[in-house]
Formats: sequence, C-alpha cells, structure tokens
Amino acid sequence: MSARVLVGVKRVIDYAVKIRVKPDKTGVVTDGVKHSMNPFCEIAIEEAVRLKEKKLIKEVIAVSCGPQQSQETIRTALAMGADRGIHVDVSGKDYENLGPLQVSKILAALAKKEDVRLIILGKQAIDDDCNQTGQMTAALLDWPQGTFASQVDFQEDSLKVEREIDGGLETIKIKMPAVVTADLRLNEPRYATLPNIMKAKKKKIDTVKPSDLGVDLSSQLEVLSVEEPSQRQAGVKVETVEDLIKKLRDSGRI
Amino acid sequence: MATPLRSEVIRLYKNLLYLGREYPKGEDYFKDRLKTAFLKNKDVTDPEKIKELIARGEYVIKELEALYYLRKYRAMKQRYYSDGNTE
Repeated sequence: MSARVLVGVKRVIDYAVKIRVKPDKTGVVTDGVKHSMNPFCEIAIEEAVRLKEKKLIKEVIAVSCGPQQSQETIRTALAMGADRGIHVDVSGKDYENLGPLQVSKILAALAKKEDVRLIILGKQAIDDDCNQTGQMTAALLDWPQGTFASQVDFQEDSLKVEREIDGGLETIKIKMPAVVTADLRLNEPRYATLPNIMKAKKKKIDTVKPSDLGVDLSSQLEVLSVEEPSQRQAGVKVETVEDLIKKLRDSGRI
Repeated sequence: MATPLRSEVIRLYKNLLYLGREYPKGEDYFKDRLKTAFLKNKDVTDPEKIKELIARGEYVIKELEALYYLRKYRAMKQRYYSDGNTE
C-alpha cells in the first residue's frame, strides 16, 4: 500500500502541571509552564507509526498548528517514528482564536494538498477538551469518520474501526479516505527517547502559513470568562454524637 | 577503561539524565541518585562487569518508560473515564 497518513499533534500544557487561571479571567497561565504533546495525539502518532511498520502505509506526516514552539511537539512525533513534519505557523491573536473549526479547515486543506488517504487525530485535547476537530475535519472533507477508535484494522481500501461508545463497543467499516480519532485504549504509545529525538533532528519540518493554504482563521467565538472550579468547603470534626446532631440542627439539615 | 565501553557508559548516563527530567519526585532528586549510582562504580575496570552494569542501566530505562506511561495512562483514565476503577 502506498497511502500517506496525516496525523495532527497538539502542543498543550503538560498533563502533570497544575493549571492556574490568569487573574483577569481571560485564560490560563501558559508562560514558563511545561508543555508537551497532547496524550491522545501520542496515541494517534503511535497508531500511524505501527501501520507504517506493518508496511500498510508509505508515509506518516505529523502536522501541528501554533507558534514556533509547536515544532518541539512535531519533533517528538518525528522521534516516535513519523517521517516528516508540517508546522502551520499561527501566532499572536490568531493563535488565541485558534479553535477546532480553524484547525479542521487547515487539516482539510493539507489533506488535499498532500494527497493523504487517512487522517488520524487524538479524540480530544486535554486543554480545551473540545472533541470536535476530527469530526469537523471529516465533515469539511466529506469523508467517513471512525471516532473514539479502540482498534483499527487496515483493509484494502477500507478500515474496520472498533469504537468506544456508551456502555460498549461498536464496530464499523468505513471506506478510505477517512478520518479516525484515537481513544485511550487504542495502543500504548512508545517513549520518544533521547537518541531518537537527536535522530529526528535530521527529518524535515516544512513551515507553511494558513494563508498559503487559503484558510481563513477568523473566529465567531468570544471567550467571556475563564474561572477556576469552585473549591470544596472545609469540613469540621465533631467530638460526640450530640455535637453532630446539634451541628446538623444548627445548619438546618435535620 | 576500554574506549568503546566508555562512550557507551556516557550515552547511558545522558539517556538517563534525559529521562530524569520527568521524574515524579523532581529532576534534582533523580540527578543526585543517578550521579551517586554512577560514581559508586567508577573504579570498576573489568569489561564484563561494566557490560553487566550497562545492562542494568538499560533495564532502569525500560522501567522508567513504563512508569511514565502508566502514570499518564492512569491520569487520563481518572480524568476522562468516570467508571472509576484505576486498574
């Protein structure tokens, strides 16, 4: 098989970092905070690389949209086994407005330009938790979609996708070209080791601008406010049963 | 120390240092331990023994990778899959 696979990878705040909201409620603090590849994107890359290792596909392209630092995320994908990278340079105001719709437009344009047969994405990113990019990309391209995949079988010109749905699994067969989004149980992503990261520096990353792809990044959404989840109120200890009943009475619970 | 093994030991040390950046107890904690572990064996000259120690280092690398994977997997599972059991 000589198909190309496009994999989207997103640079997000590392999953282990404690998120802090900016005092002016416009967003979360990102300066000086450790970033890494979205865990679901790692699963997507792993799946594509495994397809390549089984010689079912020809090339894995990792693409990321964002500022200069997104190249680090692409580098990680290359270290995991992707063949080349595309960095879609989006920075400043455009980056703040970058949502699933804008990204899916970019991905759809790239899919046509690079003549890919399959797009694999993470089911959602751990920063905005949108879970929309895969679905929108499929819609824009008018391709079938296999979302929340926990298993993918590659057949001649179709895919058998096992999907995680409420209360069980659903198996569907979709024709390629198609979009697949990875769920947590799809595979166990390999670690991007230091030697592989060094080797990945030899791989090529092209930089393109959204305007080169003819994509308009304007957004109809406006963020009104970003706030912390409400804090749980501290409990109190009581010495005796009488105290407990008194407290419950006082607070009007009984 | 024979030259080929020397570079292998240095490579092992670098790889471990790199992995240590993500260590749950912090990079400094890991670095101290790593350095102590390597210094402890600095006088080993027997090539067979050095190979054995390198193999142990490689094993630690595998263990760390597994640790990081599981830690991330558990965090994702707890956050996104409400059926709760953490395997």
